[in-house]
Amino acid sequence: MQITTHSRRSLLLGAGAAAGVLAVGSTGLMRPASASTGFEPTQTMRGGSNNYRPGAPFVERLGEGFWMSGAVRRAGDGAPLAGVRIQIWAATTLGGEREPANHGSVLTAEDGSYRLEMPQIVPNFGQPHAHLAYDDGAFQTVFLRPVMPSASDTSLSADFVLAPA
Amino acid sequence: MAENARSGAARLLAWAALAAAMIAPVAVAATSPLLASRGAPYVIAGLAGAAGLALLLAQPLLAAGYLPGLRAATERRLHRRVGAGIALAVALHVGGLYVTSPPDALDALLLVSPTPFSVYGVAAMWALIATAALVALRGRLGLRPAAWRIAHNVLAVVIVIGSVVHAMLIEGTMGALSKTVLCGAVLAATAVAVVHLRVLRPMRRRRAQAPGAG
Repeated sequence: MQITTHSRRSLLLGAGAAAGVLAVGSTGLMRPASASTGFEPTQTMRGGSNNYRPGAPFVERLGEGFWMSGAVRRAGDGAPLAGVRIQIWAATTLGGEREPANHGSVLTAEDGSYRLEMPQIVPNFGQPHAHLAYDDGAFQTVFLRPVMPSASDTSLSADFVLAPA
Repeated sequence: MAENARSGAARLLAWAALAAAMIAPVAVAATSPLLASRGAPYVIAGLAGAAGLALLLAQPLLAAGYLPGLRAATERRLHRRVGAGIALAVALHVGGLYVTSPPDALDALLLVSPTPFSVYGVAAMWALIATAALVALRGRLGLRPAAWRIAHNVLAVVIVIGSVVHAMLIEGTMGALSKTVLCGAVLAATAVAVVHLRVLRPMRRRRAQAPGAG
């Protein structure tokens, strides 16, 4: 009974906007309170924290030819978050994910965007993918593991929506 | 004389085709540009995986006696040796991957990997381990030949399908063409051998033994 009530209320809250209804349909049962906003917190991806080395040094760049980029927003209102540290690592032409030279941190700009130039990401354990982390305490920790649609891509983007810790 | 020459040429052609199908994928993987950014354990793991897949092609051909010029006893001995070779290749494959990235290897073994293909590889690995156990305990288990054949063939089919799906979904050092040809050959050889040995031959035998046959 309780679940049914929640579900119906969530659906009513989200009614009117197709996107809202979709968001409630997928997660409304879990968190009805935040279901009416468009900015759900990004969930940590499976395997996202593999080969994580906490505290990757801030870098201008890790290499050349490949761009990792994205945007960081606050859950709920979607406000861009400036000055947030994103840690990035991947298997590249320089070596594997455990190679220290493949780990670096960048800060988001005023508009919440971040970008990092790095060596070409290469397929690792069967998929060309990157790892990204937000792990600095102010918000809940999130680990991402985006996969490149093609190994010949020279860029990849991954966005974060962070929930307060 | 002409007959002999023709069958000799066919025999040579069969062996050359088998060698090409088995060696080309491993050779392509061994010259992949990806190897430059990989450590030795990862290089060995990848090549061992490709070699294991190549060895899989020989198994049904040896079991069904399709390879020309070999005596049955030789084929049985080779089938066992190649089986041991596949087990060694898989051990190197999994071990090398574990050394390269313990969390990724553990995720795969615990079936929580984000990569959809690892579960097929792990299924094939367990079927291989079960096969090795069955071979080692064959005498002690006292399995009847029919039971042994069914168990061995079911496990073999799991190994073949698991390995082929695993390999085809992976983006790695193997070349797309040679990998696809090898996987197709492994599937075809396994299907033909299993149907021939376990369906057609017993049926023909039964018909031959039936009263009034001929």
